[in-house]
Amino acid sequence: MRERVFFALALALGGAGEGAADGHAEAIGDAERGAEIWVYCSGCHQIGPDAEIGIGPPLTGIFGRRAASVEGFPYSKSMSRMGSDGLTWTLTTLDAYIENPLVLVSGTRMSFEGLEDPTERADLLAFLREYSDKPSNIPEAAPTARPDYPKLSEETLALVGDEAYGEYLSSECTTCHQRDGSDQGIPSITLWPEKDFVVAMHAYKQKLRPHPVMQMMASRLSDEEIAALAAYFGSLSN
Amino acid sequence: MTFNRRNFLGVAIAGTAALSAPRVLGQAKPHVVIVGGGAGGATAARYIAKDSDGAIDVTLIEPTRKYYTCFFSNLYIGGFRDFASIGHTYGGLASDYGVNVVHDWVIGVDRDAMTVTTAAGHSFGYDRLIVAPGIDFVEGSVPGWSTAAQNKMPHSWKAGSQTQLLKAQIEAMPEGGTYCMVAPPNPFRCPPGPYERVSMVAHVLKASNPTAKILIVDPKEKFSKQALFEEGWNKHYAGMIERVGPDFGGANVSVNPDAMEVDIDGTVEKVDVCNVIPAQKAGHIAHAMGLTNDSGFCPIDPATMQSQVDENIHVLGDATIAGDMPKSGFSANSQAKVAAMAVRGALTDSRVFPAKYSNTCWSLIDTEDGIKVGASYQATDEKIAKVDGFISQTGEDAALRKATFEESLGWYAGITADMFG
Ligand SMILES: Cc1cc2nc3c(=O)[nH]c(=O)nc-3n(C[C@H](O)[C@H](O)[C@H](O)COP(=O)(O)OP(=O)(O)OC[C@H]3O[C@@H](n4cnc5c(N)ncnc54)[C@H](O)[C@@H]3O)c2cc1C
Ligand code: HEC
Ligand code: HEC
Repeated sequence: MRERVFFALALALGGAGEGAADGHAEAIGDAERGAEIWVYCSGCHQIGPDAEIGIGPPLTGIFGRRAASVEGFPYSKSMSRMGSDGLTWTLTTLDAYIENPLVLVSGTRMSFEGLEDPTERADLLAFLREYSDKPSNIPEAAPTARPDYPKLSEETLALVGDEAYGEYLSSECTTCHQRDGSDQGIPSITLWPEKDFVVAMHAYKQKLRPHPVMQMMASRLSDEEIAALAAYFGSLSN
Repeated sequence: MTFNRRNFLGVAIAGTAALSAPRVLGQAKPHVVIVGGGAGGATAARYIAKDSDGAIDVTLIEPTRKYYTCFFSNLYIGGFRDFASIGHTYGGLASDYGVNVVHDWVIGVDRDAMTVTTAAGHSFGYDRLIVAPGIDFVEGSVPGWSTAAQNKMPHSWKAGSQTQLLKAQIEAMPEGGTYCMVAPPNPFRCPPGPYERVSMVAHVLKASNPTAKILIVDPKEKFSKQALFEEGWNKHYAGMIERVGPDFGGANVSVNPDAMEVDIDGTVEKVDVCNVIPAQKAGHIAHAMGLTNDSGFCPIDPATMQSQVDENIHVLGDATIAGDMPKSGFSANSQAKVAAMAVRGALTDSRVFPAKYSNTCWSLIDTEDGIKVGASYQATDEKIAKVDGFISQTGEDAALRKATFEESLGWYAGITADMFG
């Protein structure tokens, strides 16, 4: 189990595989410091044996839990879709979601802009892990070099998309996504801030988001092509 | 790698040595004629007209005034869609995009003079011709059946009145009666289509005629999404569906439409509905134009969808030999966009980018139990080659299957908007 988890993490890291090499690595983070960082979350979430639904769903047992699976909680359409697709909360996906919720769940109802500091996230994850049922099934440790999810360089994010090229590329998308932005079973992708669009596409490309069709569509797009698409769809007006 | 236009033009030109010089630059407006207004032709018409902004005249010649999509016609049979919802007209292509829509049959081409003629006696000159006539049936492929028998034993493999007829026949089946499907050999339009149809027929019969039987006579060893369909049939329709494969004579079948009999390798079965889906070939007009080879389909240039026989003609959709791509509406739509770009590049000075193709085929097994298979493709020197793909898994939970079904509704809305505006 442990090896499998490390293997998955190594993939998310682009195959670098630090931490997996010698079979053990440092603990996820400092759970005590994590308890302090929890104040960012505690206004909306409860955790522990008696935790109830608040503004957000309870986070007890979050590790290994399928996204959007708390009975009775009114999840956003976007989060529910991710849950149906098979998104499960693991070290990797939680880290990505807490860093920038829009990476994994574009239409999330969670109004939290994200925790940029990787150490803070690591400590928070160590804290959350204490409230999951079977810590033996959950990795105690993460690779020492924590990546940003999805791994994007500043240059990639700063690419200026070629709109004309984006228009041609978009023709492949509009078989499913409607240009007028209507959402009838497949989400709308028009008029998004370019950055949100770019991170969502890279999350599919890096297989952080589970959907196989979109993983396939994104996996053959270069960074420039993703930027071009973001520019084009961002500029569409009805 | 930095993004630059030269790169792309370089790639495109390398892949399309056959692309002719833009012979009409600077002269009168170039004219594109499109034969067939289905998934391939309608998409090509819309994209060329839309993206050339009036720089190219587009004429679409299609005999029917209302196009009924084969995609989702099985869902109509299953009672999940009404008939009107799968019919589409060409009004938007004419009014919103300026496409000249002509309701007529194309009956011939003069490839030297670059004109096509129609059944009503009109003639249209073209700078580029796009041919997307879909499929026709190989006569004699199911002995005893011919198109003349299609009202007794419908194929319903072109949507419209044939689909309505089959649905009516299924609903009128006697209690405990038999629906028989004679499935086609490869290659054929929509590889999962026959098996989705069986699922939809089973869905109807389970509710209205639960002792009825379904018999599939199949010349193929294997079929698309087989494990998924078989899992679903066991789950939803246990004991109802029997499939006779080639090991048991499924490839040796003849029919007698007057007697409503099917002869499977010497054993004669009396059936109540017989859905014969014969072997297929490119639409007749592609043969008449000389665009086909021995396979009965049209060889094309993988980078541009140009006919290997005539560089002024592009062929799209089911009529082509599209390498690893299956014959589907999604594929035809995808190919049309590549051709539209190549045509615009040849006739105006618009930019040409490398061809990208993709396909996804959803099928419905029962209420909210949707599955899918898909792939992406690129043009290589030899063919349109698969790059990557995916398929639904057996044992998926109900939430995922429901989400997959809902996606298919989104796709239907998307592709029909992409074809007709
Ligand atoms: C039951 C069934 C279910 C299917 N489900 C799916 C699905 O879920 N997803 C999917 O992607 N695909 C599906 N398909 C396949 C899809 O319908 C075809 O692959 C697609 O329609 C092919 O497009 P085309 O443009 O090549 O041909 P068509 O869409 O058949 O269009 C050809 C057009 O050309 C016209 N024409 C023919 N001859 C002439 C002539 N001489 N002059 C002028 N016009 C002419 C015809 O009238 C027709 O309108 C299904 C097919 C069937 C039968
Ligand atoms: C402003 C309120 C708010 C804050 C602050 C907040 N959340 Fe949330 N959180 C939500 C809501 C609302 C949802 C449900 C999101 C949806 O349905 O899209 C959610 C969902 C989640 C989920 C998914 C749960 C599930 O059942 O799938 C996780 C994990 C999560 N939050 C973690 C955190 C963490 C960790 C923090 C602190 C760093 C945090 N949240 C801060 C409101 C908040
Ligand atoms: C075969 C149909 C199909 C095609 C083609 C397709 N998509 Fe998608 N797309 C989907 C589906 C289904 C989803 C929902 C996926 C999920 O649940 O994660 C989606 C999701 C997305 C999302 C995230 C939306 C959200 O709200 O989270 C983006 C962004 C996106 N697609 C962009 C594109 C782009 C860009 C292209 C073209 C290069 C494209 N898609 C082509 C079906 C498709």
